[in-house]
Amino acid sequence: MSGHFAYVAASYAAAAMLILALIGWVFMDGRGRQKELKALEDAGIRRRSQAGRPS
Amino acid sequence: MTDNSLAIRKFSDLANPTRFLALAARLLPWLVGATALFFAAGLYLAFTTEGDYQQGETVRIMYIHVPAAWLSMMCYTIMALSALGTLVWRHPLADLSAKAAAPIGAAFTLMALITGSLWGKPMWGTWWVWDARLTSVFVLFLMYLGLIALNRAIDDPGKAAKVCAILILIGFVNIPIIKFSVEWWNTLHQPASVVRLDGPTIDPEFLRPLLVMAIAYTLLFFTLHIAAMRNEIWRRRVMALRRQAARSIGREA
Repeated sequence: MSGHFAYVAASYAAAAMLILALIGWVFMDGRGRQKELKALEDAGIRRRSQAGRPS
Repeated sequence: MTDNSLAIRKFSDLANPTRFLALAARLLPWLVGATALFFAAGLYLAFTTEGDYQQGETVRIMYIHVPAAWLSMMCYTIMALSALGTLVWRHPLADLSAKAAAPIGAAFTLMALITGSLWGKPMWGTWWVWDARLTSVFVLFLMYLGLIALNRAIDDPGKAAKVCAILILIGFVNIPIIKFSVEWWNTLHQPASVVRLDGPTIDPEFLRPLLVMAIAYTLLFFTLHIAAMRNEIWRRRVMALRRQAARSIGREA
């Protein structure tokens, strides 16, 4: 390995951190919204198109 | 005749958010799997192929830097097409697509800037120069941030979509500037060596891992984009349901 290994390692670490942060953010955002929808549904609030359907 | 089925038969059927959710649920597991596979293969190739005779190990930065730069431009192009969808066809999902893509594009642009800087220091002797390529990519990053901020500053989603769509289309002028900056001006950044009219000038030893990583990045982008669009549909449903609940309380009182 040449003396430039630190630059290669830092690049891969930075890219991995950004990608993981992006995946984490999209995943947590989805979970949060699903939880809110579930809470609303549990409270008996439904979309008009599904109001008449049995749960 | 009314068609209540959720099957998608033509492109315009995607305009129904419920149909889109069904399609996303079916597609996402496959996309996640394919993304992981291509990243595994790409990373394996990235670290098993030979180093460059001049650049040594630092050539491996190319495998994460170049795809990130490509994706930063592809993402903006998708946003520009979505902006057309909002303004011309008033497609209900176009605005979700543009809004969901912006943070993903910003992340890929930042990745291209950081990895480029870490590659520039050992190869050029500097972290940063204000040459045409680097500056135009930095402007792209600022545009992504501006679009995210503008979209969030306007409460009414319909109004935000229209204003942002216009700004996205104006900003699209930067994409050909980024692509051709290395030919139009004297830049420290090298000219294109893969996407050029006379074919790639890069050795197959480096081209193979680069292309596999580019496919991996593209799959990652579409996985995240579809998932973020789905989140946005859910967010709007929550907003609509809360408004509906507030109205019904108002009627009962």
